[in-house]
Amino acid sequence: MAAVAALYKDFQALGVEVLSASTDSRFVHKIWQQQELSKMVEGGVPFPMLSDAGGKIGSAYGVYDEAAGVDIRGRFLIDPDFQIRAMEILTPEVGRNPKELVRQIKAFQHVRTTGEVTPSGWEPGDVTLTPGPSLVGKVWEVWKP
Amino acid sequence: MPELTDGCVQPARGPIAPASESAAPVSGTAPSQEDHKMLARVGAEAIDFEATAYVEGVGFKSVRLSDYKGQWIVLCFYPGDFTFV
Repeated sequence: MAAVAALYKDFQALGVEVLSASTDSRFVHKIWQQQELSKMVEGGVPFPMLSDAGGKIGSAYGVYDEAAGVDIRGRFLIDPDFQIRAMEILTPEVGRNPKELVRQIKAFQHVRTTGEVTPSGWEPGDVTLTPGPSLVGKVWEVWKP
Repeated sequence: MPELTDGCVQPARGPIAPASESAAPVSGTAPSQEDHKMLARVGAEAIDFEATAYVEGVGFKSVRLSDYKGQWIVLCFYPGDFTFV
């Protein structure tokens, strides 16, 4: 979570609200923040830390491990229409890459604003594609990996 | 939203069905609004829920996902506080 917190300014600049959730209680979240997170990132985790005690939220999002009683690592991007746009789920031993999340947010926001679509690995300023009959079979003319 | 003052761990509440899809309102019985078959997938509506939370500088409060409707939201699950990755 500290890695996400470290990029919080990027998320704020993009108008994104961040929520974290684990099966720990809000009491444990508070002490984790004080004892550790605030020492990893200046100011600690600035977004709400939710308690999914019982795992009902994780179950609905397909990340609850019933045997272990925990939510595994999963992140979901939800757009202003309350639609899920992207998700990434990893088993616990590998951490995520929040920079890729930031890239995806920029791409989804660009698509939402312009109606264009963004090719693989797109970053702001890169070429975008405008789907239509004239582009069929001609993508190679404007974009290569 | 007022700070939570109760002393106990509360289970998260969800999934909460959208108001338009739920049956006639039932007062005070949250489970009637819950559908355990809902599962998140891309392109589908986010699944609403309510949970207690710790917010730095604020304290304990209750957070409902749909309170953030109209904004971009990143929802991150992780295995536990004080884990290593």
